[in-house]
Amino acid sequence: MKPTDISNPDYFHKVVDCQWACPAHTPVPEYIRLIAGKRYTDAYMINWESNVFPGILGRTCDRPCEPACRRGRVEEQPVAICRLKRVAADYKSDIKNRLPDVPKRKNGRHIALVGAGPASLTVARDLLPLGYEITVFDRDAAAGGAMRTQIPRFRLPVEVLEEELNYVLDMGVNRRFGTEITSMKALLAEDFDAVFVGTGAPLGKTLDLPGFEEAGPNIHTGIEWLANVAFEHIDSIGETVIVLGGGNTAMDCCRSSKRLGGRDVKVVVRSGFDEMKASPWEIEDAMNEDIPILNFCVPRRYLLKDGKLSGMEFEKVRREYDSNGRRLLIPTGEEPLILPCGDVLCAIGQDNAFPWIERDLGIEFDRWELPVLDRTTFQSTHEKVFFGGDAALGPDNIITAVAHGHAAALSIHLLCEGGDVKDRPADLTTLASQKMGIHQWSYDNDISNDVRFIVPHAAKEKTLNDINIEVELGFDEDLGYAETQRCLNCDVQTVFTTRSCIECDACVDICPTDCITFTANGEEGELRQRLLAPAENREQDLYVSDSLATGRIMAKNEDLCLHCGLCAERCPTAAWDMQKYLFNTAKAVNA
Amino acid sequence: MSYIVKPQFHHPQLRKNDLGYTRRDYEGTLTTLCGGCGHDSISAAIIHAVHEMSLAPHQLAKVSGIGCSSKIPSYFLERSHGFNSVHGRMPSIATGANLANRELYYLGISGDGDTASIGLGQFCHIVRRRINMLYIVANNGTYGLTKGQLSATADLGSKTKSGEESQYDNIDLVSLAIDLGASFVARSFSGDKEQLVPLIQAGLSHRGFALIDVISPCVTFNNTPLSAHGYKNTWENNVVLSEIDFVPMRREITARYSAGKDKEITLHDGSVIHLHKTGTGYDPGNRENALLHVNEYKKQGKIATGLLYINQDQSDFHELADTVNKPFNRLNEHDLCPGGEVLADINETFM
Repeated sequence: MKPTDISNPDYFHKVVDCQWACPAHTPVPEYIRLIAGKRYTDAYMINWESNVFPGILGRTCDRPCEPACRRGRVEEQPVAICRLKRVAADYKSDIKNRLPDVPKRKNGRHIALVGAGPASLTVARDLLPLGYEITVFDRDAAAGGAMRTQIPRFRLPVEVLEEELNYVLDMGVNRRFGTEITSMKALLAEDFDAVFVGTGAPLGKTLDLPGFEEAGPNIHTGIEWLANVAFEHIDSIGETVIVLGGGNTAMDCCRSSKRLGGRDVKVVVRSGFDEMKASPWEIEDAMNEDIPILNFCVPRRYLLKDGKLSGMEFEKVRREYDSNGRRLLIPTGEEPLILPCGDVLCAIGQDNAFPWIERDLGIEFDRWELPVLDRTTFQSTHEKVFFGGDAALGPDNIITAVAHGHAAALSIHLLCEGGDVKDRPADLTTLASQKMGIHQWSYDNDISNDVRFIVPHAAKEKTLNDINIEVELGFDEDLGYAETQRCLNCDVQTVFTTRSCIECDACVDICPTDCITFTANGEEGELRQRLLAPAENREQDLYVSDSLATGRIMAKNEDLCLHCGLCAERCPTAAWDMQKYLFNTAKAVNA
Repeated sequence: MSYIVKPQFHHPQLRKNDLGYTRRDYEGTLTTLCGGCGHDSISAAIIHAVHEMSLAPHQLAKVSGIGCSSKIPSYFLERSHGFNSVHGRMPSIATGANLANRELYYLGISGDGDTASIGLGQFCHIVRRRINMLYIVANNGTYGLTKGQLSATADLGSKTKSGEESQYDNIDLVSLAIDLGASFVARSFSGDKEQLVPLIQAGLSHRGFALIDVISPCVTFNNTPLSAHGYKNTWENNVVLSEIDFVPMRREITARYSAGKDKEITLHDGSVIHLHKTGTGYDPGNRENALLHVNEYKKQGKIATGLLYINQDQSDFHELADTVNKPFNRLNEHDLCPGGEVLADINETFM
């Protein structure tokens, strides 16, 4: 193998698995250390700059960082990264004076943002401090998009939502809320310098089965129903409710139903429990509220009594795989399952819809009716039109929408400056030694052996009776501190200097996870098997040194490195050093 | 010295041995030696070796004297027996322990001061008495614990960090041991575990006295380019006379060994040493030849390593002294007071 080029910004970034997995690349270990130091406001601001909605995401994020967390590879559970983010938000002090200044004198550019969800507000946050004039449109009367309409209050209190929306809105956004945009042509005619579309995936699906017409009034589309609950247009539901679907919307629907009068609430899923799309913790929360989840039941018809919905019939199926490995659901031939119900909530997916974008404006759509986009710039085939969030690539999550927003804001800025949107500034990185004394580092390398701490919940009797009472109480400061100590500080990198190494094996002998091997060079596949302990995760590159005095190389398996620094402490020549790698994605302000 | 505790987390696929233990189960406390000390690599090699042999910790006793080297039993096999004795007196303790319980594996750890200076007399006698043990010398040619004076194993002309040059020829422990009748004599280098681990395994399995003289650089006081026992000199002038693989008893012989081409030496306990054909044609079964080679390479400023001499058929102390088979702690009243008839038989022999 060739020696590893550590000047490639991706190399050490990949080692910080949580940050690499985060669509917005939030510097996770950095803010976790700040929380450990009770520097909650600093921790919050790192988050705010990277993901704009730390308090909201600290409660609702899909947490792609957690399955990536290295802790999950050396013990059972990853660090509770998401809930630590909430700790920063809960215990911070006033941040108003830390928000960027917005110039009074504008730069003469005017940008339209369609939809006031996370993607659009991220664009606004990035562009307002640069002097842009921003006008945000939304069909709803209040900002927030899916964060407001799709996430029930018992998961996200309205004060938390509005606090973080207002940090952006109060920077001086022109609000045109409460009216739906019906024509892109008309919008473009308003002479904006760029238009950003962040309208989400607003089209819910219902299930058209026999009996649908008659039972209609009691069959609801999950996302519309949740939005109506959020805006308090709906405040009750029947006693028996069936929720169809196995995603997060289904979990929010069933838990909301339980709080609005549903006594017998069931979730029915076509496929298996392990195939459900909902996040494991959301399924767990629903089950904790005594909501049964029935799997392998395919809905067949709505049952009626006196012209009204009275139940549903399901066919029982089992799972098989065909010769191509495709999953099939085969009827078991058992008696159909009849479940009585007064209401059905369909949470079986949602789609993008752009009926308001005329097809002769030069904005091309693909065969799934999604806009044709450049995945880096988020520019459409129309130079001035950008997409982000669910509207861009289909339904995903908040943190992805934020990442799109940052990228699109940078593109819009480059466009308005007359540059090439593809000629993007490099990401910001620093790599600095953490050495303070012979065996002293500026980070706490003595990690704890504790297993993951559980976030305390409010009493069920209380939360089930009021949809506005938040279920999770969040970590208190002590629990939060204890959880921070589980973080392995993966951003503090082991940096190897080949010419200093005397090949004494001290690092090899001390490494708790057998990461380091000195051996003859070879092809990657073969070398991976030849290491002191096999390096089987091909996603994580090997760290390979130049040829040493004996002709051997140093090969390090980054995959399981605990970043404990013992290799550097035992190294007699400081060939190993612990250096903190900070990575921040380039944003509009850096262009 | 590192102040943190070594994290308990380990590689999830860390191999378990026949007893269900991982290598980490054979560790000791975190080393307090200087970072880069060769002795730590010896500790690691011992951990590897004993884990691979699937020895239960209670089957082994560590004995040592005084010095940086003699500290290291703290850093491995935490759950084994151990005795950290007086300077240079480890052989006495090892002999006593060996007499009291012949069922244990004995691992002596000593240094060049502990063995070649204050303990030289004891060393000569334990070799001569053929005590069944593995005696490892962590040899760095300097008195590290007293800040780097030249030791008795420092080669003529070798210079310490402070510039002091050795004016005397060194005591060569390998030649001495062969001369005094040791039946297993090897030399190795702490930096080369591929060589050291199988030697430790073979040395532990060998019946009789086994010596491994391990060049183990003192990174703080004797690791300059002019130190004969430094990393640089040892890497550059190491001549491997014989390469071995060790196959513990009960273990199947795998294809890694080219049967027929390699020479096999079957030890008393059924384990096998595979001697690779290295092209040197070296025969470790010949005592005079071994001495000749060691001295010849020394003259050229080279360090001959590998298994230098083995005689797997030599009787050990227990055989010669006809010692009791049972460990003393398991002898019961009947064993100790066998009764009037036995006494009468004994008295008969004096008539």
